[in-house]
Amino acid sequence: MATAAAHHTAQQTGPQAYGAQSGVPDTACGTDDTAAYQRAFDAAVAADERVEPRDWMPDAYRATLVRQIAQHAHSEIIGMQPEANWITRAPSLRRKAILMAKVQDEAGHGLYLYSAAETLGTSREDLLDKLHTGRQKYSSIFNYPTLTWADVGAIGWLVDGAAITNQVPLCRCSYGPYARAMVRVCKEESFHQRQGYELLLALSRGTPEQHAMAQDAVDRWWWPSLMMFGPPDDESAHSAQSMAWKIKRHSNDELRQRFVDICVPQAESLGLTLPDPDLKWNEERGHHDFGAIDWTEFWEVLKGNGPCNEQRMTQRRRAHDEGAWVRESAAAYAAKRNDEAGAGRG
Amino acid sequence: MTNTDWPLWEVFVRSRRGLSHTHAGSLHAPDAELALRNARDLYTRRGEGVSIWVIPSSAITASSPDEKDPFFEPAADKPYRHPTFYEIPEGVKHL
Repeated sequence: MATAAAHHTAQQTGPQAYGAQSGVPDTACGTDDTAAYQRAFDAAVAADERVEPRDWMPDAYRATLVRQIAQHAHSEIIGMQPEANWITRAPSLRRKAILMAKVQDEAGHGLYLYSAAETLGTSREDLLDKLHTGRQKYSSIFNYPTLTWADVGAIGWLVDGAAITNQVPLCRCSYGPYARAMVRVCKEESFHQRQGYELLLALSRGTPEQHAMAQDAVDRWWWPSLMMFGPPDDESAHSAQSMAWKIKRHSNDELRQRFVDICVPQAESLGLTLPDPDLKWNEERGHHDFGAIDWTEFWEVLKGNGPCNEQRMTQRRRAHDEGAWVRESAAAYAAKRNDEAGAGRG
Repeated sequence: MTNTDWPLWEVFVRSRRGLSHTHAGSLHAPDAELALRNARDLYTRRGEGVSIWVIPSSAITASSPDEKDPFFEPAADKPYRHPTFYEIPEGVKHL
């Protein structure tokens, strides 16, 4: 996988270049024009219209989207690691085939999202470089280890479940390419969540040892999954602006509550408990109350002090470096074929 | 060769016979053949297509969003191009 500078191509070829995938910031406008463009943008967002790549958009809107979509893409790619860890040790051919298909999907999701980010004028190479040098982040959830086979089930049920809760509203995000990528991702995530649930159910109904393994995995993944929705609303740096731009449709706490309410009955059907003594139905609110989240842990993992931060980044950089010869060979072969075709014509 | 940046391709997928190809997304690939193979792996993992086109993104020409109004304006003031423009007495059938 490598990198073409779609943005550069678009800039060189000017306004006639294809717009649907190439981000071309409109720089040639005066102050009056900018104000008019801003009004048109605000009106389009207010009317729930979609913003498309070559439309004028505020610089901060563009930067926010690049940051968010890049982080999302990186999460899909890094997220392949904890699960791929179990492919060779899957307990049956059925489970192995499922897990390989799932990990391949995650790669696909990463590619859809990198493409969406590139429509904003970034390049694939730049995005990967920023990941590899730690200048862009990925979701902290992938800095936790997958210690047992049951973790594959817990990731599918809880981590993918939390991701779906976050992503379904993103299908209506104001930026067209991101929304379209999310529609595709959400369709595929449903399989991910269900295979995880089925896996945990098989363990939960198995031997006492298997049941204990499933419970242990849920105990370890529950709280990190709740942290996936991000800091509480009053501490979330970007939330208010993102909601005004309709990039985000619901607040972190709102989505977290929705996820908790969905999970409680699902855990009961699994015959497993959620590791929170304060978790109980609140008749008045019509929601489950739940215990306090350890945000110190969240910020520590975010800063790079999680159990696997170092391992994930080392593995990612190594995969990129070790794949260099493939990218180079393919590019050399394409160049050679081009030369031959040129010589043939001449 | 030092430049290993693969060009961008646009992918169009025909979901089943009888329908036209529709834009599915984009991807990077060194040449057309690998672009097709990558497109198959990326956009048709669940039988979403029976035919794929790949086109270098740089080969596509688009109308500019800034020209939107004047460019499409000629269509706006010709309501007589629509069947609902015409008044037909009640009871007249097959029109």
